[in-house]
Amino acid sequence: MIEFILKRLLQAIPVLLIVVSASFFMIRLAPGDPFSQERALPTEVLKSLNTYYKLDQPLTVQYLDYLSNLLQGEFGPSFKYPGRTVTEIIGAGLPVTFELGAYAMLIALLLGISSGVIASLRPNTWQDYVPMSLAMIGICLPSYVLGPLLVLIIGIWLEWLPVSGWGYIPGDKILPSVTMGFVYAAYISRLSRGGMLEILNQDFIRTARAKGVSEGMIVLRHALRGGMQPVVSFMGPALAGLLGGSFVVETIFQIPGLGRYYVQAAFNRDYTLILGMTVFFATLIIAFNLLADIVAAWLNPRLRRGKTAGNG
Amino acid sequence: MNKEPADSTLSTGPDPARSSASLWKDAWRRLSRNRLGMLGLCVISVMVLLSLFTPWIAPYSYSAQDLDLGATAPSAAHWLGTDTFGRDLLTLILYGSRVSLAVGFLATAVALTIGVIWGTVSGYVGGRTDAVLMRTVDILYALPFTIFIILLMVMFGRNMLLLFMAIGAVEWLTMARIVRGQVLGIRRQEYIEAVIIMGLPRWLIMFRHVLPNVLGVIIIYTTLTIPNVILLESFLSFLGLGIQPPQSSWGLLISYGVETMEEYPWLLFFPAATLSLTLFSLNFLGDGLRDALDPRAATD
Repeated sequence: MIEFILKRLLQAIPVLLIVVSASFFMIRLAPGDPFSQERALPTEVLKSLNTYYKLDQPLTVQYLDYLSNLLQGEFGPSFKYPGRTVTEIIGAGLPVTFELGAYAMLIALLLGISSGVIASLRPNTWQDYVPMSLAMIGICLPSYVLGPLLVLIIGIWLEWLPVSGWGYIPGDKILPSVTMGFVYAAYISRLSRGGMLEILNQDFIRTARAKGVSEGMIVLRHALRGGMQPVVSFMGPALAGLLGGSFVVETIFQIPGLGRYYVQAAFNRDYTLILGMTVFFATLIIAFNLLADIVAAWLNPRLRRGKTAGNG
Repeated sequence: MNKEPADSTLSTGPDPARSSASLWKDAWRRLSRNRLGMLGLCVISVMVLLSLFTPWIAPYSYSAQDLDLGATAPSAAHWLGTDTFGRDLLTLILYGSRVSLAVGFLATAVALTIGVIWGTVSGYVGGRTDAVLMRTVDILYALPFTIFIILLMVMFGRNMLLLFMAIGAVEWLTMARIVRGQVLGIRRQEYIEAVIIMGLPRWLIMFRHVLPNVLGVIIIYTTLTIPNVILLESFLSFLGLGIQPPQSSWGLLISYGVETMEEYPWLLFFPAATLSLTLFSLNFLGDGLRDALDPRAATD
């Protein structure tokens, strides 16, 4: 197991290096620069700006500089928020996004696993069809449709819940969390139904049934561990999706999290901020994929030998 | 699982010529019995036809606006109402469908081409080639592609061609894995051994004898990739990072609709409904195709 974890950790290093290098060169080689505005800046100002941000040095020097700063956890100063470093901005947005993501995931797991397990117990009956139809709706209603609809119906027409902000008024965290969690609940529901069905058809479950173990015990004690494997390997990619979802949800509900900063940085062409956040997101995603792989290997010892999880 | 009609000769037939013809007939029969799948197929066909003939059937011209009229609710003159510039919403949605569906189909085609070739070569050739190709896929899988696409769109201007390529470049990975898995199974079959002994060149075996037998799975997965691509495009357009005005797409129309939904909710409802209806149809069709082409997966 330790060997497995070490091996996966070592594999993450080249991936990270690729991410950093690709983003760095993509941003530097793109046409236009951060200071090109409608009103051209005086040349002296431009020059001193370029010196300040070290844009006047050769690209390789800048690249190596950036790498060595990264190793010390420094993402450099932001171009568009003067006086603030990228690290500070990430530090300000991270807790908000993390909280939002945690609530969304909690909703998704509770709703998804319970509905998926219920559906798997009586396949091809209404007990299966109702949750699976709901799941299909969840998949076909992306957050940028579901979110505005919830805002309009529950927030504006019914006036039940506040429609923007994060922690300003009680209850303003509900709609964004539900918006973000619903689609994952749908995927998790389908995955846990599939995983449970596979396990429930196996011999050891039949043996347990034959020995007179109650249905509840069979699900909780015997089937759940194996049946949740697809859900566990989905959790890594789900985090990547959650970050993408945070772009939309934080924009709709005006939440000051990482996603909104990222979209704004993209519009402002705030190079250091985009680069820093890309590297940060990538690290997060890789870390969570790693974690998902490790948990999957812990649940299913066969994965520990040989190939990585989820491979063919 | 299916009640076989008496006239069916397709059940096992080892004769390859016959069974390949009746395999598709059999699949079609199973699909046509799946009501949701057929409904999906019909809706998608209508959508595609409508968007192909949009310039001829759209009730108004794409550039027509009527600032004095402004936003009006659905009426006889404007079936789905008008937006704040007095533009006909139905016309906007029709033109938006052209872009959204084009991105959906073309980006999927890019993903399909790369993924199928990659997966077939990897699975058939095996050995070190397989290890290198699949390790590459593993590494690419770990990259945060949504973020890369955003980066790409911001840095290199938001043009459609780039969008196709970027989305296609993300979606081929899963296709490659799925195809490889299938090819691995087929490679060990006796008829492949037979053509190897007959001395056929390797590329011919791969594309003439292996690939046609993976076609079912490829079709299923393609149908399920298109909605993902459409989602990704509308996600980017919603954020203002995808399709740019004056072009129109569903994601763009939804983001306009959100801005004015309090006063003019229909500007949000109709584009959102079009997008969701398309996603529903494609997903149902994909599920139906899976049941039809891969009966083993459907037994649960």
